[in-house]
Amino acid sequence: MTATLPPTSSPQLEAPLAAPRPALAHDWRRIARMGSIAAFAQVFIALSNMPVALDGRTMVKPVLSLGYLVLLILPFAAGYRQGHQTKLEGVTQHAAGPNEVVGGLACGMIAGGGLSLLAVLLANFDLRDPLVNWSPILLDTLTFGNAPWFAVVIWLAIGAGAGASGGVLRLLGPRSRRATVTMVLAVIGAAVLESLMVDLADGLRLEALTDRLYAKRGGVTWPGALVLAAVSGGLAVVGRGRFRTARARLANLEGAKRSRANAGLILAAAAVLIVLPLFAGKLTNELLANVGLFVLLALGLNVVVGLAGILDLGYVAFFAVGSYSAAVLTAATSPKISPEMPWLVALIVVVVITGLVGLFIGAPVIRMRGDYLAIVTLGFGEIIRLLFQSDWLSGWFGGAQGITLIPGANIFGLTEVSGTDPRRVFYLVLAFCALAIYVSWRLERSRLGRAWMAVREDETVAEAMGINTVNVKLLAFVVGAILGSFSGAIFAAKVGSVFPSSFLILVSIVILVVVIFGGMGNIVGVIAGSAVLIGVLGGPKQPGLLAEFSEFKLLIYGALLVWMMLARPEGLIPSVRRTRELHQVEMAQDAWLRGQVDGEDGGGGDPQPTVQP
Amino acid sequence: MIGKALRRKAPRTGVDWFLTVMRVAALTVVAVGLLAFIAQEIDTNNPFARWANPDATGLTRAQFQGLIVSGVAQGAMYGLIALGYSMVYGVLGFINFAHGEVFMVGAMTGMITSTKLADAGMWESNFIGSLVLIVFVSVIVCALTAVIMERVAYRPLRGSPRLIPLITSIGVSFFLQNVSLVLLGPAAKAYPDVPDWVKSKHTFLEIEGAKILVIVVAAASMVCLWYVVERTKSGKAMRAVAEDAEIAALMGINVNRTIVKVFALGGAMAGMAGILWGILFRSVVHTTGFLPGIKAFSAAVVGGIGHLGGAMTGGLSIGVAESVGPLLILEPLGVSGVSQLRDAVAFAVLIGVLLLRPNGLFGERLPSEDRT
Repeated sequence: MTATLPPTSSPQLEAPLAAPRPALAHDWRRIARMGSIAAFAQVFIALSNMPVALDGRTMVKPVLSLGYLVLLILPFAAGYRQGHQTKLEGVTQHAAGPNEVVGGLACGMIAGGGLSLLAVLLANFDLRDPLVNWSPILLDTLTFGNAPWFAVVIWLAIGAGAGASGGVLRLLGPRSRRATVTMVLAVIGAAVLESLMVDLADGLRLEALTDRLYAKRGGVTWPGALVLAAVSGGLAVVGRGRFRTARARLANLEGAKRSRANAGLILAAAAVLIVLPLFAGKLTNELLANVGLFVLLALGLNVVVGLAGILDLGYVAFFAVGSYSAAVLTAATSPKISPEMPWLVALIVVVVITGLVGLFIGAPVIRMRGDYLAIVTLGFGEIIRLLFQSDWLSGWFGGAQGITLIPGANIFGLTEVSGTDPRRVFYLVLAFCALAIYVSWRLERSRLGRAWMAVREDETVAEAMGINTVNVKLLAFVVGAILGSFSGAIFAAKVGSVFPSSFLILVSIVILVVVIFGGMGNIVGVIAGSAVLIGVLGGPKQPGLLAEFSEFKLLIYGALLVWMMLARPEGLIPSVRRTRELHQVEMAQDAWLRGQVDGEDGGGGDPQPTVQP
Repeated sequence: MIGKALRRKAPRTGVDWFLTVMRVAALTVVAVGLLAFIAQEIDTNNPFARWANPDATGLTRAQFQGLIVSGVAQGAMYGLIALGYSMVYGVLGFINFAHGEVFMVGAMTGMITSTKLADAGMWESNFIGSLVLIVFVSVIVCALTAVIMERVAYRPLRGSPRLIPLITSIGVSFFLQNVSLVLLGPAAKAYPDVPDWVKSKHTFLEIEGAKILVIVVAAASMVCLWYVVERTKSGKAMRAVAEDAEIAALMGINVNRTIVKVFALGGAMAGMAGILWGILFRSVVHTTGFLPGIKAFSAAVVGGIGHLGGAMTGGLSIGVAESVGPLLILEPLGVSGVSQLRDAVAFAVLIGVLLLRPNGLFGERLPSEDRT
C-alpha cells in the first residue's frame, strides 16, 4: 500500500503559507467585487419587477413584504460571504473580528448603492421602451413614496445594515449562529407556509393559534414573529445536540434494528400523509396532489438519470403519452376510438403503450454518447408533442383542442377520483407514489440496480464486468417511462382534459431541476426536492405556496440549476455513492493528506484510493 | 460495407434488429415519399401519386424554388449559430445548450438598437449604415454574454464529468430566456420596417432582397471566421487547444484566454445570426432562441462536430430539409397540415443522422480525451 503514497515530506505542508492578517485588514478588492456583483443583481431584480409584483404578499405585518425581503437577501449574503476564507492546507485563517462587520457593511453598502443609482435613473430618464418594468410604480416602491434622494439614502442604509448583519453573523459562535439562522428561517417559513397552516388549523380547530400568529390579511404578526423566533431559537439551542445524536444513532444501527427503525419512520410518514389531508381544505389538497404528481414524475426520472445516469431531457414525452393514451381509452369524447374503459383497466393498457414507446425511443438513442442522447431525447419529446398537436393526427388526438371531458378514475367502483375532489386525487397519487418508491427502492438494491450504477459510473468497465449495457440501459428507460405514465394517467383523470400545451419541454426541465435539487439517485432527496420546489414555487403551470412568484419561477429554476451544479452537484440530500463519484478528486486528496498524517504517526494503515488522473 | 457487416464479431442483439428495421422503415418512408412526389410532378393523375395522396397538388417550379431559397437562407443562419456549438464542443467537449439563447440576445439587441435608430430617423435614411451599426452592437453584446457565461458558469466546472456542464448550460439557457422575459416582457417585438429593396423580390431568380442579404452576410462572416481560425495566431492557439489543451498549455498557450476567445467568436457569430433573423422574420420573442438553437446543434452534428465547414454545410442541409422536407416527403404520403411538422422534420433529420451516421458527414474532430 505504501508504494502508492506520494513522497511523504513536502515542505509546503509544514510551514504556513501566509501569516495571519491583522484584525482590521480588508481585502478591498474582494469586497468591491462581491458588492458590485450584488449591486448588479439587485438592479436586475428591481428591473424584473419582483419587488412590485411580490409586494402584495406580506411576510411580517406590517414591516416586511416578500418584495422587500427579496431585496434584502443579496446585501446580506454578500456581507456574509465577503469574510469567507477557503480552508487550505497549511494556510492559517485570519481571525474573525470587527473586520467582518466593517467589510460586510462596505459590501452591503455597495450592493444597496445599485438600487440608489437605479432610483435616480428611474426618476430622471425614461427607458420604458425596451425595459417594460421601468415605471413610476417601481420608483415608488424604491423610494417608499418619497423623493428620489430618500431612496438614495435609504438603500445605502438598508444595504449597509443588511451587509453588516451578515458580517455580524460571522462573529457569532457556531451555536448562536445556528440559533439566529433558525429564528430567521422559522419566521420566514411560517410566513411562506401561511395558507397551509391556516387551512390545517381550520380543520384541526386550532384557529385560536393561527389567529394570533397571522394577521387578518396575510403575514405573520409582530408578536407572533417574536414568539416564534424565541421558541425556535430556544429549540435550536436546546435540541441541537439531541437531533444530531439521534440521527447518528439511527445511522449506526445495523441489521434488524435498522430496518425496524426505518419501517417505523416510514409508517410515521405514511400516517401523517394519510391523516393530514382529512383536516385540510380543498386548496391544500390540490397543492398536495400537484406535489404528489411531480414526486411521481421525479421518481421516474430519478431511475433514468439518478440510477442509470442517462440524461433524458424528453421525459415529458412519457408523461404526455400516458396522459393521452389514458384520455383516448377512457373519454367518450375521444375523436377516433373511444372504448370508454374504466380507468384501472385503461391503466394497464397505458402502461403497455408507454413501455413500448419507451422501447421505441430508447432503442435508437441508447448507444449514443451521453450528451448526444440528451439532445436526441429532447428532440423526441418535442416530436411527440408536435405530433399530438398536428392536424395530421387531430383525428386521433384532437390537435390543439386536445381531448376534453375525460371521466375521473373509478377505483373498483368504490370511489370516483376526479379533479373536483383533490383529496381523493391526493390519495390516489399517494398510493402510486408508494408503489413508485417501493419499486425504485427495491430496484436500487437489486442486481439490475447495481448494474445501472455500474453503467453510470463507467460504462466500459461495466461492460467488461459482463453487464449487457444496452439491455440494462433500455430497461432503465422503460421503467422510467412506465413510472412517468402513471402520473400521466392520473393527470388526465385529475384535470379532465389534455392539451398539447401541457407537455412542453420545460416540464422535462422542471422535473430535472427537481431531481437535481433534491439529490440525484436518492429517493428521499428526490421527494424532498419536489416537495420544496413544487410546493413553494409551483410547477410549470401549477401555483405553489408563493403564488406571487408565478412569473419568476422559471427564472429561479434556471438560476437554481446553475447554482446547484456549481455549488452542490450532488443535491440537497445526496446519495452516498453519487457524492463519492462527483467528489472523487477531493476525496482522493483528503485521503492522501490523511495518509500523510498517518505516515508521520507511524500508522499509515489507511488503504489508499487510487487517484484518478 | 456488406462484407464488413457480415464479418462483425459481436452477435446481433434484439436492439440491433430493431434498429435495422427502423433504418429500413425510415429510408422506405423517405423513398416512397420522394417517388410519389416525383410521380405527381410528372403527372398529377398518376395512379401511384393518387394512391399515396388523393388530393395531391404538387409544387410549381416557382414554389419549389422559393422553398429552396428560404431553406438556404435559414440554413445559413443555422450554420452561423452552429459554428458556436461546434467550436465550443471542439475545445471543451460539451454541448453549450445556452448558445441558442445567445442568438436570442443578439436578435433582441438588434431589435432594441434598430428601434432606437428608427426613432432617430437614421434607419430609413441610411439603412446599410444602421445595419452595420446594429450588427456591431449586437456582435459585441453577444460576445460579452458568451464570455460572461463561460466565466461564471463553465470555467469552475472544467474537468468535471461531462454531463455536469451540459446540465449547467441547460440552466443557463433557461435563465437567459427568462431574463429576457422579465426584463423585456412576454410580447413579440417587431423590427422596424425595412426598405422596399429588401422586401421586394428581385428580377434575379425572383429572390427576396432579405434572403440575398442573409446569404451574403452569412457567407462573409463564415469567410472571416475561417480566416481567424485558420490564418491567425489566435486561431492557431484555438486549434491547438482543441487538439490537446494540456500540451497546448505546455507549449506556452494561455488556455483560459484561448477558451474565452472561442466563446467570444461563437457569441459574435450568434449575434450576427440574430440580426439576420431579425431582418428575415422581423419579429422576436424570448423563446426565439430555443428551436433555432436545437436545430443549429443538429446542424453541427450533421456536419461533423468540430468542423467549421461542416457546421455551415450541416446548417444548409437542415435548413433545406425542414423547408422542403414536409412538402417533398410527407405531403405526397397524404399527411395533412405538413407545415406544422417542419420542426418535427428538423428533429427527425437529427435523429436520422445520428442513427445512420453518428459522426456526421465529415467526421468529428474532438478533444483528445473524447476520442474513442
